[in-house]
Amino acid sequence: MKRQIPLIIIMTLGFMFVAHSFIPHKISVDFFDWFQDWAKAISPFAVSLGIMSLFMVHGTKIKRKVPNWQYSVITLAGLIFTAFAGFAWGTQSGTPYMWLFENVQMPMSATMFSLLAFYIASAAYKAFRARSAEATVLLVAAVVVMLGQVPLGAMISKWIPETSTWILNVPNLAAKRAIMIGVGLGITATSLKILLGIERTYLGGGD
Amino acid sequence: MFEIISTFVAAFLTLSIFSFLYKDNPFYKFAEALLVGVSMGYAIPLVYENVFLPYVYTPIFLSHKFIIIIPALLGSLYMFRFSKNLGWLARYPIVFGMAIVGMSVPMSIHSSVLVQMRSAMLPIDGINTALIFIGTVTILLYFFFSKAHKGIYGKVTNVGIWFMMIGFGASFGYTVMARVSLLIGRIQFLLGDWLGLVR
Repeated sequence: MKRQIPLIIIMTLGFMFVAHSFIPHKISVDFFDWFQDWAKAISPFAVSLGIMSLFMVHGTKIKRKVPNWQYSVITLAGLIFTAFAGFAWGTQSGTPYMWLFENVQMPMSATMFSLLAFYIASAAYKAFRARSAEATVLLVAAVVVMLGQVPLGAMISKWIPETSTWILNVPNLAAKRAIMIGVGLGITATSLKILLGIERTYLGGGD
Repeated sequence: MFEIISTFVAAFLTLSIFSFLYKDNPFYKFAEALLVGVSMGYAIPLVYENVFLPYVYTPIFLSHKFIIIIPALLGSLYMFRFSKNLGWLARYPIVFGMAIVGMSVPMSIHSSVLVQMRSAMLPIDGINTALIFIGTVTILLYFFFSKAHKGIYGKVTNVGIWFMMIGFGASFGYTVMARVSLLIGRIQFLLGDWLGLVR
């Protein structure tokens, strides 16, 4: 029963929402509004799961003094201090909370993503060393699109920006459209598997 | 003075992350650990202010909609996720969140399938529209695995692979440019805001 009741709930509510899309009756709309209020009231508690998980993982590392446990102290200290700053002084501009965002979180996350510029380039070199005709096409398309975005491309040839635009608007559009149709069918199939109780991994392990 | 300290802190953390380009080192590990903690700590007050207060606290304590106590209690069942004996209780808030997939059935069929198919079925009035149509159909055929990709069918699906390679190349090029633009931003910060070498 510990698995069956949640499954019955998801099947009942899920198929009611499928019906809601086709029957926009007042009862159906009121029911959906009610559900949204409930879902919004449930959602903030999901954050507690993330916090608990982080504390458990890093708490265990600190307790067991595993190698590099000192960094776990920094993670937890950063979490506690930032959250405390938000609650104590508010989240408006000019507060310690926003200072932490502007001078700690934002520069670090931007730098972290910018690091990918180096690794993506080296990964691309390893992956597409034009070993096959398909890899060559990918490489050429990528180079043309990249050059088409910067003034250097137009300086080399006026055809580069035009070809870049054509690649984006014609073959790229066809690829994106076909993939989008596949994704749509995939979402529908997965959603139906969840609603019919075939896909149950989200319920977790145990009885 | 305060601004100089702020810029110095941001520059130190930026360089700490960049130091990974040389090799994994304590400065990078420190910055990485701090980023995880600060990012999570940043989310907590935001969720509290933008979700908990308007959808839990205000309805219950200010609007006296006491029925909201039930979803609030349901949400608190998330806490049992790590309990060995009571972990099953966490399934109730999860299924309430997952039930919305019922909406995604008609929505994904409409937005991702029907709208895209409608856009693909425009009159073929030129070489580009013909190429878009051929590309879409051949890629879809490539993903049809119930028939072996041999003979003429294999050649048709091969055309789909070429279209996909061009599409992936374009996406890759765009991603690289986005990352490079972030890199330029960080270098401008280091050389301009911090060292004052460029304006």
